[in-house]
Amino acid sequence: MIKLLRIELFKIFRRPRTYISFGIVTAISLIIQLAMLSGGKDFVSFGMQGVTDQFDIQGDIINGYFVTYIILQSLLVQIPLLVALVAGDMLAGEANIGTLRLLLTKPISRPKLIMIKFLASLVYTILLIVWLAVVGLFLSLAIFGEGDMINMKSDAFIMILKNDVMWRYVAAFGFAALAMTAIAAMAMMLSAFADNSIGPIIATMGIVVVLTILSSLELPLFNLIKPYLFTTHMIGWKGFFDDQVPYGAIGRSASVLVIYTVAFLGTTIAYFNKKDITS
Amino acid sequence: MEPIIQTQHLSKTFKTFKAVDDLSFSISHGDIYGFLGQNGAGKSTTMRMLLGLIYPDSGKIFIEGKEFNNNNRKLLSSIGAIIERPDMYGYLSGWENLKIFAALSGKKIPESRLYEVLELVNLRGREKDKVKAYSQGMKQRLGIAIALVHSPNLLILDEPTNGLDPQGIAEMRSLILSLSHDHGKTILISSHLLYEIEQVATKMLIIHKGKKVVEGKVSDLLNPEETLVDIKVRPDETLQAKLAVSEWTQFITNQTHATVTLKMNIANIPTLNKWLVNNDIEVVSINSTHSLEAYFLSLTQ
Repeated sequence: MIKLLRIELFKIFRRPRTYISFGIVTAISLIIQLAMLSGGKDFVSFGMQGVTDQFDIQGDIINGYFVTYIILQSLLVQIPLLVALVAGDMLAGEANIGTLRLLLTKPISRPKLIMIKFLASLVYTILLIVWLAVVGLFLSLAIFGEGDMINMKSDAFIMILKNDVMWRYVAAFGFAALAMTAIAAMAMMLSAFADNSIGPIIATMGIVVVLTILSSLELPLFNLIKPYLFTTHMIGWKGFFDDQVPYGAIGRSASVLVIYTVAFLGTTIAYFNKKDITS
Repeated sequence: MEPIIQTQHLSKTFKTFKAVDDLSFSISHGDIYGFLGQNGAGKSTTMRMLLGLIYPDSGKIFIEGKEFNNNNRKLLSSIGAIIERPDMYGYLSGWENLKIFAALSGKKIPESRLYEVLELVNLRGREKDKVKAYSQGMKQRLGIAIALVHSPNLLILDEPTNGLDPQGIAEMRSLILSLSHDHGKTILISSHLLYEIEQVATKMLIIHKGKKVVEGKVSDLLNPEETLVDIKVRPDETLQAKLAVSEWTQFITNQTHATVTLKMNIANIPTLNKWLVNNDIEVVSINSTHSLEAYFLSLTQ
């Protein structure tokens, strides 16, 4: 199993396009960091309008923790696409270049192959999140320094002391990895249905965008289905930056994401195991 | 000895198209088994079923006497295959591709074996080049190396000369013969060209619309006695009368006053030609085709 996983990872990381994702994460992080360096003060004073009339806030609001939070929010839509770039290519990409039929003439069971490819996608996803932590969090800390973090929510401003922030980021990145694993499992499931990776990648992105819109609209009809949409739970990481961390809600969200991941993976195995390979 | 591959009443339908219809055959150890049929006859579908890529609707497949299905894919370790095109990871080198597929074969394969098969397919020295820089012939040879690296007993080659230039075709043919004669491999090779199969195969199966048409030893199926000889002569009113009283009359299948078709031994063509000349019949042309080829052509037209 380990040998086969190493082979899958070798294939992923020998392909130049894999590094596009890491490049995009780096570019977005750097752009936001540059923007915050040049015009961060205006951004913050705009965001804090109405608060500064009543409170006297002193110190460095624009610090590494604050900038990281902005970066994480900005990458909410992009990261699933970057995960889908690799996970959506896992089966359909092999079918497209014709290597799938060579792979499947080897004495490896199809469920095992799916599991190995999923694990390889998982490793890639985690590395992408770790890279986000490096360029988003640690680089921001290096540029802007440490400080107490202000979380500007629509209905509240939360101040988190600087020595209470880092663990929240570790937990948030862990949760983000879980959410992106669900995306990877979905992209791979769509990949099993296709013989060309463009379709699964676009479909994954389309589903994420549509469901994210449904998750964010405050309409009675949508409120009924929201708890069942995985996109509703993908933003569970934000809970770690509340004054009182809602562990129960975060746990429920994590459970929903795990259930979705297992369901996507199970569907992939069930379908792919019966699929005729005609590509 | 048990056949290396045996199929029993294999059938496969895609929606309403019956690709393979009640196909039974067996391949013995040491055979070069030619699988002949026009495009869309069901060759690739059959080969894909033998490799577990496509699931049959009905029928059974036995590999070395054991029934093959999705639950015992380990049997595939005794098979090496190229199906349609030898597609590989173009962004990796030939060596890396070979190493990957060797590792997936389920056997522990030393590096020396990798060099050995590269040598065998004449790719030594080019193994570090990226596959995307390979010619079609090199890709085909690397495909054979991948199929061979785990020392399988049976090679399944689906139209291995497709896309090759004449030199590449000749090289592939001699490689196939060498794999059989020098390395003892059993080979199942498909083609839509009788000529290709005739050059290498010891046994042959022709399928048409998924059904078996004919199967047997190539030496029997291509019996020289079954040669069709087409003769064109200058229009001659006496031709039919002369032939009617000759020894050739028993071989005639069709004739006019300017053409004659005979089914006879190919070795007798010079004697026939001499007889025509001696009887003052002016020969315009003599063409010979094997009756099997004519039959195969009639299927494909």
